[in-house]
Amino acid sequence: MRLQLTRRYAFAASHRLHSSHLDEAENQRVYGKCNNPYGHGHNYVVEVTLTGKVEPATGMIAHLDDLDRYVAREIIEPFDHTYLNKDVAAFRDRVPTTENLCLEIFERLKRFPGARLVRIRLEETGRNSFECASDQNGDGHG
Amino acid sequence: MVYLTRKIEFSASHLYHNPAFSAEENRRVFGKCNNPNGHGHNYVLEVTVGGEPDPLTGMVLDLKELKEILEREIMTRMDHRFLNYEVPELAGQIPTCENVAALIWNLLAPTITKGRLTRVRLWESPDLYVDCYGDEAS
Repeated sequence: MRLQLTRRYAFAASHRLHSSHLDEAENQRVYGKCNNPYGHGHNYVVEVTLTGKVEPATGMIAHLDDLDRYVAREIIEPFDHTYLNKDVAAFRDRVPTTENLCLEIFERLKRFPGARLVRIRLEETGRNSFECASDQNGDGHG
Repeated sequence: MVYLTRKIEFSASHLYHNPAFSAEENRRVFGKCNNPNGHGHNYVLEVTVGGEPDPLTGMVLDLKELKEILEREIMTRMDHRFLNYEVPELAGQIPTCENVAALIWNLLAPTITKGRLTRVRLWESPDLYVDCYGDEAS
């Protein structure tokens, strides 16, 4: 039997989809409303899935207080109520699509000690979500 | 292969306490969950069964049969119970979401004989769930 623990977190942020590799007309054509120069926002929901041994003394794969603190430090504090394009260094020259945001979150959480990160699922709205899962090497690009 | 999922809800209370820890250690490790009087949750259980539909009925497993199994194995055992004291299979374990999900897997896997139990997902609250899979499936 294999067990996976999933915890859900929320943060709100704005972004603008605009690629420096495309000209103005192409950006407008590819990204449509998401190319609005002032940006726009979402209530993101992140699902963090871990696996590992259930410690008999605690009955836990990971202590939720430890996970909450780690996610608060790595994700919520740097991303919540920010404009991702300007406030998060990783997106100064990378389009903050929810695909790229999902990969960035995976990178930031993959070193959580004590349990192995297996999946990040990121809801941009109630209607769309993105997932990245670990490959054998434990990175999020598999 | 087709997968069907049935969802049920049960309400139960529990507390986290390891008798091998001191009182102070129990409070430090388990926090509010160590309240000796316990506390409760509305658990949501999603049970997924995979298989090929029977050519005569078009069903992997009759949902009525699954409903009866869940009623017998889970609802009568856990609904409106104090998990620590009223579910003997959890004796000696901390009734975390991990351990309760594992128990549910162990109760259902041998009982579901049409199709195969593929996943047990147990929600303890809207922001926490545990998935349980067999060793070979992903």
